[in-house]
Amino acid sequence: MFRFIAIRLLQTIPVLLIVATVTFFMVRLAPGGPFSAEKKVPAEILKHLEAYYGLNKPLWDQYTDYMSRLVRGDLGPSFKYENRTVNEVIASAFPVSLELGFWSLLVALALGIPAGVIAARHPNTLTDHVPMGLAMAGICLPTFVLGPLLILVFALMAGWFNPMGWDSPRDRVLPALVLGAHYAAYVARLTRSGMLEILNQDFIRTARAKGAGSARILFRHALRGGLLPTVSFLGPATAGLLTGSFVIETIFQIPGLGRYFVMAAFNRDYTLVLGTVLFYATLIILLNLIVDVVQVWLNPKLRFE
Amino acid sequence: MKPAVLLLLAALALAGCGSRETRVDIGNREQVLHLGNGAEPQDLDPQLVTGVTEHHLIMSMLEGLVIEDPVDLHPIPGVAERWEISPDGLTYTFFLRKNAKWSNGEPVVARDFLRSYQRILTPSLASQYAYMHHVVKNAQAYNEGKLKDFSQVGYQAPDDHTFVVTLESPTPYLLSLMNHTSWWPVHVPTIERHGSAYTRGNRWTRPGNFVGNGPFQLDQWRYNYAVTVKKSATYWDAANVRLNAIHFHAIESQETEERAFRAGLLHATQPPPISKIEVYQRQSPDRIHISPYLGVYFYRINVTKPPLNDKRVRRALCMAVDREAMVKNVTRGGQLPANHFTPPGTAGFDARARIPTDFEQARRLLAEAGFPGGRGFPPIELLYNTSENHRLIAEAIQQMWKKHLGIDARLVNQEWKVYLDSQKTLNYQVCRAGWIGDYVDPNSFLDMWLTDGGQNETGWSNQEYDRLIREAGRTIDQAKRLELFQRAEEILLDESPVLPIYFYTRVALIHPALKGWHPTILDNHPYKFVYLDPNAVMEKRASN
Repeated sequence: MFRFIAIRLLQTIPVLLIVATVTFFMVRLAPGGPFSAEKKVPAEILKHLEAYYGLNKPLWDQYTDYMSRLVRGDLGPSFKYENRTVNEVIASAFPVSLELGFWSLLVALALGIPAGVIAARHPNTLTDHVPMGLAMAGICLPTFVLGPLLILVFALMAGWFNPMGWDSPRDRVLPALVLGAHYAAYVARLTRSGMLEILNQDFIRTARAKGAGSARILFRHALRGGLLPTVSFLGPATAGLLTGSFVIETIFQIPGLGRYFVMAAFNRDYTLVLGTVLFYATLIILLNLIVDVVQVWLNPKLRFE
Repeated sequence: MKPAVLLLLAALALAGCGSRETRVDIGNREQVLHLGNGAEPQDLDPQLVTGVTEHHLIMSMLEGLVIEDPVDLHPIPGVAERWEISPDGLTYTFFLRKNAKWSNGEPVVARDFLRSYQRILTPSLASQYAYMHHVVKNAQAYNEGKLKDFSQVGYQAPDDHTFVVTLESPTPYLLSLMNHTSWWPVHVPTIERHGSAYTRGNRWTRPGNFVGNGPFQLDQWRYNYAVTVKKSATYWDAANVRLNAIHFHAIESQETEERAFRAGLLHATQPPPISKIEVYQRQSPDRIHISPYLGVYFYRINVTKPPLNDKRVRRALCMAVDREAMVKNVTRGGQLPANHFTPPGTAGFDARARIPTDFEQARRLLAEAGFPGGRGFPPIELLYNTSENHRLIAEAIQQMWKKHLGIDARLVNQEWKVYLDSQKTLNYQVCRAGWIGDYVDPNSFLDMWLTDGGQNETGWSNQEYDRLIREAGRTIDQAKRLELFQRAEEILLDESPVLPIYFYTRVALIHPALKGWHPTILDNHPYKFVYLDPNAVMEKRASN
């Protein structure tokens, strides 16, 4: 197991290098630059600006400069946010996204898994159709519709919550619900299909023949295997949740990483684009690794492969 | 199912009617102002920032030699209690008040201004707005590194309380110019404590480090969320500052901001979504304010390529736009139709010249240019940056051209930076643009069309026009100067490298308790005159 994890960790290094390289050259290919603005910057000033950020050097030198700083963990200064480094931007915004992601994940699992299990117990009955119908609605309803809808009802009409902001614990409720509901829908459908597959297997019939109660069959025997598809979905989904959602953060004015991620691309903030992309990539790789480990634990068959 | 849902909604609505104290109510009681301030500020260094968002924020923390009157923005004493202008209009002598202090307790002296202006003009700082100082003698040469000796630049501080500015040529709008961020003082010793004062990336603008001389001082900066300033105890006029704190909230989305206003989280907002304007006008007209704004929405026409290199074609395009219909049916925010370029009433300047809306004449001009009824006219491309509002306007113009001239236009939208690039490289035929005055003077709108002017971007050049603008820059007599601008505007409209569409208005949602907040054409509201009156709301409720 340790060898497996060590090898996988070693594999991340070339992957990240490739991601950094591709992103570096791709952002440079986009027309316009960090200093193009409606009011054109005078040529003399532009020269000094480019010198300060090293943009006057040949692209290849800029690339090697960036990479040599990157291996020391330095993501460089932000182009747009004058007095902040990219490391600082990520350090200030990631905890917020992490918290929002955590609550949303909790919502997704707390709603999705029971719904999936209930649906799988008696397939093609009312207890299947209702939760699965809701799940389908959850998948189809985009967050930019669900968000304003919940704000309208619970914040503006009922006055229970603020329509935006990130100050009190109450401010976590609506965004976590909106973001979580979307993932809960996927979790419910995946759990249902995983459970259905398992419940039809021989060992379940054996357990039932030996007289195990239905609760014991569901939770002791079936759930462990039935969750496998959900778990493999959770890897990238968690990474997505944790790095923040541009839409949710914009609707609720939450100071998370998602807004920076998207705005950086619009602003041609080269270093911030690279920094957030690399951060996101690292997170996905790590979470996928965790998912693989959890899958091995859930499914003994994989240990031999 | 349905009645149950309705019942639930009704219950929720009732629950909302309870008189819960909102953030705005608390703010009214405690004199704490909550403003929606657009995007996250890039920095708080007045010499490095470039946007209006930052301007509105830093205005609370720094004070220049002159400040703006809260009603009409005319220059009134700031750090300088009075000033004298030499008869030739070239020398301004400012007499600084003796009780002006920085937030660290040190006095504000003439040398502070000297050092600030040296900093902004230093080439290595690469300040994007340093050119605002280029009206000063030798400032441009120093800024471009051609002159090394700063003592030759037209700033002098003969003693602690006298500051003298010598200009290249008379600049009647100098005092208005001095309210731009680039003219505000910074505390150079503080900046030096946090790194080099003459390069970027200095951390002096962080809370705890920031030293200012304005009515408020920096308290908190939650990145991408809010900047909070509190009343400064060291400000010379602190006795007359009534607000205790201002929260500038970084809200990008108009929809989010409007909802926040409705829920009582904000006192004033940026422009609300167009679709909400009518709703407010109908339901709560006391909370929506529309006022003129010093800006013009127009199309640039690339004059370097046929068929748009023909003046008659350009004039035809301009005359075929029904601007009245545009502001009434499309933009719907009380905008003024623009049949000329410089917004009306810009420092006493009202353009005489007009580009008429005249379909008959437009068709005639197009026919003269060889395209009777639009026959043989190649389809032209109309470029705009991706945005719902720009698209609506472009579609309306496309239809007007089709209907009145019989010509086809193809709409092309590009992402902001791509669009800027296309515009800069003249890789377009007609493209959407907007211009907001940097200062209140026609020069801010007309000097951009000089041959090879940095913002020209149409390829248009006219020697007589250039001569008029340059002469205006040397003219002291205001009446003569405005006359020169009149003639320049005439040439601009006659040649039509631009197609003016409307003059901007500023739409904002404003809470009735907000007082001392006057509609101004730059949308600046000097905060020392602003206060909150909780009774204003009470009276309103009582009268209902």
